[in-house]
Amino acid sequence: MSVTTHDDTHAHDHHDHGPAKGFMRWVTTTNHKDIGTLYLITGLIMFFVGGAMALVIRAELFEPGLQYVDPHFFNQMTTLHALIMVFGAVMPAFAGLANWMIPMMIGAPDMALPRMNNWSFWLLPFSFVMLASTLFMDGGAAAAGWTLYPPLVLQTGHALPFTVFTVHLLGMSSIMAAINIIVTVFNMRAPGMTMMKLPLFVWTWVITAFLLIAVMPVFAGAVTMLLTDKFFGTSFFNAAGGGDPVLYQHLFWFFGHPEVYILILPSFGIISSIIPTFSRKPLFGYSSMVYATASIGLLSFIVWAHHQYTVGMPLAGELYFTYATMLIAVPTGVKVFNWLATMWKGAMTFETPMLYAIAFVVLFTMGGFTGLMMSISPADLQYHDTYFIVAHFHYVLVPGAVFALFAATYYWLPKWTGHMYDERLGKLHFWLTTISVNICFFPQHFVGLAGMPRRIPDYAVQFAEFNAMSSVGAFVFGFSQLIFAYVIYKAIQGGEKASSEVWEGAEAHGLEWHLPSPPPYHSWTEAPAQALISDLH
Amino acid sequence: MDAKELQKANARLVWRMVVIALLMFGMGFAIAPYYDAVCNFFGISGRVKEASAEQALSVDESRQISLEFVTVVNGQMPLRFRAETGKLKIHPGQYYTVNFYAENTSDKKLIGRAIPTISPSWTSAYLKKTECFCFYDQEFEPHKERKMPVRFVVDPTVPADTKEMTLSYTFFDKTEKTQTIKN
Repeated sequence: MSVTTHDDTHAHDHHDHGPAKGFMRWVTTTNHKDIGTLYLITGLIMFFVGGAMALVIRAELFEPGLQYVDPHFFNQMTTLHALIMVFGAVMPAFAGLANWMIPMMIGAPDMALPRMNNWSFWLLPFSFVMLASTLFMDGGAAAAGWTLYPPLVLQTGHALPFTVFTVHLLGMSSIMAAINIIVTVFNMRAPGMTMMKLPLFVWTWVITAFLLIAVMPVFAGAVTMLLTDKFFGTSFFNAAGGGDPVLYQHLFWFFGHPEVYILILPSFGIISSIIPTFSRKPLFGYSSMVYATASIGLLSFIVWAHHQYTVGMPLAGELYFTYATMLIAVPTGVKVFNWLATMWKGAMTFETPMLYAIAFVVLFTMGGFTGLMMSISPADLQYHDTYFIVAHFHYVLVPGAVFALFAATYYWLPKWTGHMYDERLGKLHFWLTTISVNICFFPQHFVGLAGMPRRIPDYAVQFAEFNAMSSVGAFVFGFSQLIFAYVIYKAIQGGEKASSEVWEGAEAHGLEWHLPSPPPYHSWTEAPAQALISDLH
Repeated sequence: MDAKELQKANARLVWRMVVIALLMFGMGFAIAPYYDAVCNFFGISGRVKEASAEQALSVDESRQISLEFVTVVNGQMPLRFRAETGKLKIHPGQYYTVNFYAENTSDKKLIGRAIPTISPSWTSAYLKKTECFCFYDQEFEPHKERKMPVRFVVDPTVPADTKEMTLSYTFFDKTEKTQTIKN
């Protein structure tokens, strides 16, 4: 029965053969693996571009005073660094993983909407070229921070409309990717693959996709209002015409808070796949993980104003947002507990993906705790817009989201390329990265608590030592990533052949380990046997 | 599910998702009037209400509130803006008139609009104005000063623990905007 079903679908598939040759293969491809690869490579390139900007920032902050760049350019760097890392590195990398892994994990031949998939990827390179071009425009790139708050952002020169259109294009791309993922998971699962059998990576991505569809349009609307305020005489954020700049902050953070979960939920899914494999145990508390992820997704919509405690909210608002925000610690705590319980008494080995997963659990939890500190509105008045917040969100995004991406790459690279990566180099990359990331971001907690403001190119001399330390860490971190790029290149070129299982006992953890390494161009042209699915845990 | 059914199911789901995205885009725009309505309803907008008709209220001589006036000019607008007095002791229920002065220090005609804010914000509902320059756009001839009166009363029902209030005006430059509209 399942076999005939499959042949019918296949008759409509235009690629009965392998990939076309040459450059046009990548332009016209509708194959989920090709598009996944394109996304991942884009993510990696943008990671280096955004990283180079971070190093400009850290070079300037190495010592007090103005050394290398003028303050306006410094602010362009902080703005573009953030926009590129969020929308150019982390989000495309997660979309790449989703494209590669979701069809393989749910037993589908491809994504549900292959042509839209192609379009949603190819919007990205154009939007990033447009964003990069704003650096060379009259008045420079946007320099108001990634939040693009008015009225400051309205002082941007020619770059403003281009920045806004970039956000529109990125939004369209993300929404299309999200729709594609939802349709694929809802309609393309192999027979027997029920929702509560889905690997957690798939679950977390489905919830992420719903968040994207709900909030990207709100952000698009907010930046459209910026555009009409600047050029068409509207007064959404202009008090002279009856508007209010605070409205922008509400709109932005209604998008912005779910956005930070968009950046972290797929990481939760990745870590929930890796820890069981290397602990040689099933994941502890699967269904509680699903419910915890869903609750985090829902709560993310009702806590946004904790980013705006200093805006002059009524007391009732401050109290509400404090308590609602603290509530998020509960489902997040469930997750951390489950990861620890999965490792408990497991037969653990420490290959590079597992090292990154463990570092994720430890360091992400630290970032979570500083988040809890800031959820307390009276205390937040001290932390607001200081380096403490910079330390907090870099702890959840670098050793959080980025470490999860490193872990995922090492974990699935042998599956993608068919070759084992260089374990020795992988471990070197891990230790250099983990040590340097802490040297870079840990001291920022201290200078932040002492009152060093963010987005300022100069600082008081008492912060000099910690800033110098932070800059050294940042440069070691940045250059260590060249090892990562080299490990990937080396594995693509060749190396020890990987078995289809790759990791000992991995077959029990997901359908992708039942396909050969590298997998065929079309994953499950024949739906996986029921027995395979019922044996998963 | 056969291929046709699957395609139909996919299309249906895609359209549902597109509708959600469009609704959320619209919500961004609907939130501004919604927000205004909610804030006005609860009286937490911090804005002074529009002109109210003058009516005789019982003056509460036993209470005194210290009312401060703050004048701000937004951005680079070439306006010298001040109140005739920085502070006034008032009794709830009694009408007062305070004059504000603004001088255009440039060689060009200016059109401005003053936006009032009252703090603490929960007292804003009790400050009633019968006359204010903030109700209309104001025109300033080059290098001329203008006197602009505000007539107001603080409602005697204002909570008893109100000892201090601040009335702040911010002048916004509307010259360019007004001209764009006229052209």
